[in-house]
Parts: sequence; structure tokens; C-alpha cells
Amino acid sequence: MAKSDVKVLGAWPSPFVMRPRIALNLKSVEYEFLEETVGSKSQLLLQSNPVYKKIPVLIHHGKPVCESLVIVQYIDEAWASGTPLLPSDPYDRAMARFWAAYIDDKWFPSLSAIAKAQGEEGKEAAIAQVAEGLALLDDAFAKCSKGKPFFGGDKIGYLDIALGCFLGWLKVTEKMTNLKLLDEMIAPNLVGWSERFCSHSAVKGLMPETHKLMEFAKMLQAKFKAPPS
Amino acid sequence: MAEEVKVFGVWGSPFSCRVKIALKIKGIEYEYIEEDLQNKSSLLLKYNPVHKKIPVLLHNGKPIVESLLIIEYIDETWKDNPLLPQDPHERAQARFWAKFVDEKCLPSLWKACWAEEVERETAMGEAWKNLELFERELEGKRFFGGEAIGLVDIAAIRIAFWINVAQEAIGVEILNKEKFFILWNWIDELLGCSIIKENLPPREKLSAYYRTRAAAAKGSK
Repeated sequence: MAKSDVKVLGAWPSPFVMRPRIALNLKSVEYEFLEETVGSKSQLLLQSNPVYKKIPVLIHHGKPVCESLVIVQYIDEAWASGTPLLPSDPYDRAMARFWAAYIDDKWFPSLSAIAKAQGEEGKEAAIAQVAEGLALLDDAFAKCSKGKPFFGGDKIGYLDIALGCFLGWLKVTEKMTNLKLLDEMIAPNLVGWSERFCSHSAVKGLMPETHKLMEFAKMLQAKFKAPPS
Repeated sequence: MAEEVKVFGVWGSPFSCRVKIALKIKGIEYEYIEEDLQNKSSLLLKYNPVHKKIPVLLHNGKPIVESLLIIEYIDETWKDNPLLPQDPHERAQARFWAKFVDEKCLPSLWKACWAEEVERETAMGEAWKNLELFERELEGKRFFGGEAIGLVDIAAIRIAFWINVAQEAIGVEILNKEKFFILWNWIDELLGCSIIKENLPPREKLSAYYRTRAAAAKGSK
């Protein structure tokens, strides 16, 4: 299949954009990565995602697919002969989808809330929420992995991708708060998992370096704190 | 093999309604358990410890939660009368629009329903934008799922019935009949199906609930 048949619109700092890219790597699908400029939206993006105007967007044979988890499931189904990303059992699939939705709806917002928190008390409350979430996810790992190295078992799957894409931003948050969040005490299983995930060949080249993300985060913070021009 | 299927729900909830409709379409018998949200049962807290919410589908002792995820589970477990299309791109579209209903469309519709006079125009504008986007997806089809009811139709029961009943009870017109005549055709088709009709809460009871809320909102000013 020609590389240009598959395009991903995205930006390097975005954890959501990492998701379809990891999925395509796992399926050994070549694709063209079209980097959006931070702060502006290309015509192609606005055309392909008129509802949300957000990245990532996957364009396959000219047809767009939007929303990162919808895209990952699409990739799994469109390239069904490749390594499966979701388990085969309907109950296990429901569990993987449940925890991925939890990550997006509850856990990642709580991580973002740390940077936005007002005052020490607010910050502590936000940190406690993230830790609570990690403990839940650690428990989920034990149930889903069934003793294997990843949420998906022997291989990286949907839920590994859903959580793993945030590891870069998690490290940035740890540096900015001077706290260890992904900690042996809170989430012993996830500590080992995160190292295995980050060093996996499908992920390695995509995970942004922490210092680059830190610079980007500081730039964003400055932008929001600056008076409107 | 005797399957044990239970649904934990609440009479007025569109989310438990979705699950009931999906099971009915598949011809699956189930036991329904009404929950009191002011006094959640120990079973509900056991089966949904993370969110503590209804609906919960219990299948042979295993709980599945989150209504849209439950529908996908139902579709993958019982293969008759598919609720999602076969084609991967169409499946992605179905998942996208079902998510859109919950994440973007309904919040804007509710905001417009309950908006104070000063905010109403802006809220209405936002709601209408989302309805226009959504209506376009019908593309001359009978249902969002094509000839048969699918995931998006079941998800959008919130618009077809709940917003429908609420706007009448509150005295606002978000789902304008002239502006959204294509969507109204779909609403009439959907609500005309016996499988839907039989699983909706009593209209009058739901309407009375919204009238009470509307009166309380006015009274508190």
C-alpha cells in the first residue's frame, strides 16, 4: 500500500497523536505524518475534522477518521490481519474500552489539573487524584495482563496505547512538582510496565524527550499567563 | 445454555433505556432492577465501584458499565441484528457520532434548555450548530444506522425523546420543527418503532419531572 494512502495529521507534543502512530507501527503500516503548526490549524485539518477541528486525524484512502481512540479501533479493524490491538473476548474488550475511557474522561484531566491548580491545597488535591487513579490503573493492569508484560498480554494493545501515550507528560508533571507520581508504593506494576512500554520498538521513536516537552510546557504556560494581545 | 442477563437502571434514565433497547433488538431476555440513586444498592456499588452509576449490564455474573460500551459488548456477544456496520470506516463513523451525541451535542442542548434569558441566544446558536452537523449525517437515510436502527440511533434517543419531552415541558423550542424537519422525520420514525416505544419511560411522568424542575428553577429567582 502506498505510503500516501495513509496520513496522520498531528503534532509531536500531543499524547493523543501518539496513539494512532503507535497503532500503525504495531501493524507495520507506513504512513505520512503531517505536522500541524502549534497555534494554527491547516486547511486540511479544518476540512477533515470540521466537528472538533482537533488532531489527531487519520486519513485513509482520502477518508478521515477522528478521535484518537476511535482511530485506534479503526486501525485495528482496517488492518485486521496485523497484530490485534484489542482482545478477542467481548468481556476483555469491554474492560479495555472501559479503562481507556476512564483514562480520557477522569485520569488525564486530573493530571492536567495539577498544572492549573490554584494554591498548595488545590495542588495537593489534584496530586492525590492522580495517585488514586494510578492505583486503580495498577489494579486494572494486574487483571488485564494476567501475569504478562502488557495490558494487552504478551504484546502492546489498545489499553497500553491509551495510557502509555501520557508517560511523557507524566514525567514532565513529576519534574514540575518535584514528586514521584508513578511510584513503587502507588503503582508497583505500572513502574515496570512503563519502562517496557517506552522501550518498545513501536513507541521509542515517538515518545518525546522529557526536556523538550518541559520546554514546550513552559512555553504554553507563558502563553496563557501573558496578557491578551 | 441459560444466560443470566440483568440490567441495573433508573426509570427516567436515557442511558439505561439505551441498554434495554439494544437487548430488545437482539431478542435477549433480561431481568431489570430499578435503582434508587439517592440510596444506591450494595450490588450497584460492587458492580461499578469506579463510577457508582447506572446502567450496569450483568452477564453471567460479569458487570459491564458505560452505556455505549455496553451496547458494543451486546453487539459483539449476540450476533443477530447487528447494531454496528461491517465496514471499518462506517464503524468508526458510528462510534464518532455516538460519542458526539454525549460529549458535544447533548451538553449544548441541555444548556440551551435551561439557559437564562440573557444567555439563551448564544446557547441556542451553539445547540443549533451541533444539531445541523448531526442532522447532516442522516443523508436521506431512514435511520443513522441505515435501514435498521443502529448504535447512533440508540445513542441519540436522548435527543429524540428526552430533549423532545423536556423542551415541551420547559416551554422552549430547541428542536425547531421547521428548521430541523429532516431530524424530526427521523424522530417520528424512531419513536414509531414498537421496540423503542415499549422501552421508553412514560411520557407524562418524564414531562412532569421536567415541569417540576422548570418551576423550581423559576421559583429560585
